[in-house]
Amino acid sequence: MLKPVERLYNGIIKENPTFVLMLGMCPTLAVTTSAINGLGMGLSTCAVLMMSNLIISLLRKFIPDRVRMPAYIVIVASFVTIVDLLMQAYVRPLYHSLGLFIPLIVVNCIILGRAEAYASKNPPVASFFDGLGMGLGFTVALTLIGSFRELLGKGSVFGFDIMPEGFVPATIMIMAPGAFFVLAGLTALQNKLKIGKSKTEPPEKFCSGNCASCMDSSCSIGKKEDEEK
Amino acid sequence: MKYLTGFILGLINFALLDNVVLSRFLGLCPFLGVSKKTQTAAGMGTAVVVVITLSSAITYLINTFILIPLDLVYMRTIAFILIIAALVQTVEIILKKKIPALYKALGVYLPLITTNCAVLGVAIDSAQKGYGFFDTMVFSIGTAVGFLISIVLMAGIRERIEYNKIPKAFRGMPIVLLAAGLMAIAFFGFKGVSF
Repeated sequence: MLKPVERLYNGIIKENPTFVLMLGMCPTLAVTTSAINGLGMGLSTCAVLMMSNLIISLLRKFIPDRVRMPAYIVIVASFVTIVDLLMQAYVRPLYHSLGLFIPLIVVNCIILGRAEAYASKNPPVASFFDGLGMGLGFTVALTLIGSFRELLGKGSVFGFDIMPEGFVPATIMIMAPGAFFVLAGLTALQNKLKIGKSKTEPPEKFCSGNCASCMDSSCSIGKKEDEEK
Repeated sequence: MKYLTGFILGLINFALLDNVVLSRFLGLCPFLGVSKKTQTAAGMGTAVVVVITLSSAITYLINTFILIPLDLVYMRTIAFILIIAALVQTVEIILKKKIPALYKALGVYLPLITTNCAVLGVAIDSAQKGYGFFDTMVFSIGTAVGFLISIVLMAGIRERIEYNKIPKAFRGMPIVLLAAGLMAIAFFGFKGVSF
């Protein structure tokens, strides 16, 4: 397969950041009260991810290894500020409904994780497509969660009423607990499909907050200690 | 006296009524990732309390005395994240040299805190809302205590879940998310209390 296509497939399906890697949970649960909010958050993260991957990959030979994390943080934070200002200027309603979570894209594990795991080791074009793939995977996941919550909580998707007249919306779905329930349901569904395929239990991958080391299953908090020894 | 009641009511408000993890969705990564054992959860929670308290005091001063007078408010995100990253490093070094016992207990969690969105979230939120110094401190300590409470409770629940029979598809993350959802409903109960 062509490299860019392979990266896109990897980001959207094989290593989907939300359903498979379980990264960036805060925005995933917080802003998905409606499909449009999920889509907006996904696309803004995608834009930041693409650009930061591209720039980090271009600069990968110039950034000294010891200060790479602060350097990545500055690059990511600059792009987040650009996206923040652009959204403030052109899509005000969306900007207000996403609120605090736009500046918080900086600390989204997906972005620093991809920078460390992929962009710092690979050429610019591949990194750009890796960012695009991961970003789109995130967007798809957020839109899906948002649609489910909006459908159950308000009876509409993207603002269009599609449930029959007699449907009583379960408001809890668009409040905080609903986010956990929908994500639990979707992850369980995905596990179910996987179990059917491979007959083995799905491996437990989870990010413990150390973004740099959580792109594969070696996501342990003891890693730092080992390095020091 | 007025300040003391304000402090206590604020603490209850931000720790329980408006819990940082379960109703504001900040700091979910450590909440779900480091909550397998009560002891680790308590360590992580304490480290977060220390870092949030220090970082919001410093970011408040930087915001009020540097960013606002120089009209650099649009640089807030970059400035805050760098301050937090630097602060976490400094705390780590100081603890390592001065209080090795505490470093042993909290040291592992410190590097993880830079990317804990509760820390940056609290700093940006209180700057955007224009809180004064006292309110900022109440807000941040309340939030941090709320994080500590919810992560320790979650760890307690997860230790019990280990021994339960769970349908195959729900093993691992889904059951933890369901438990978190039920906790969020329980915390909704506090909304009935208002000051």
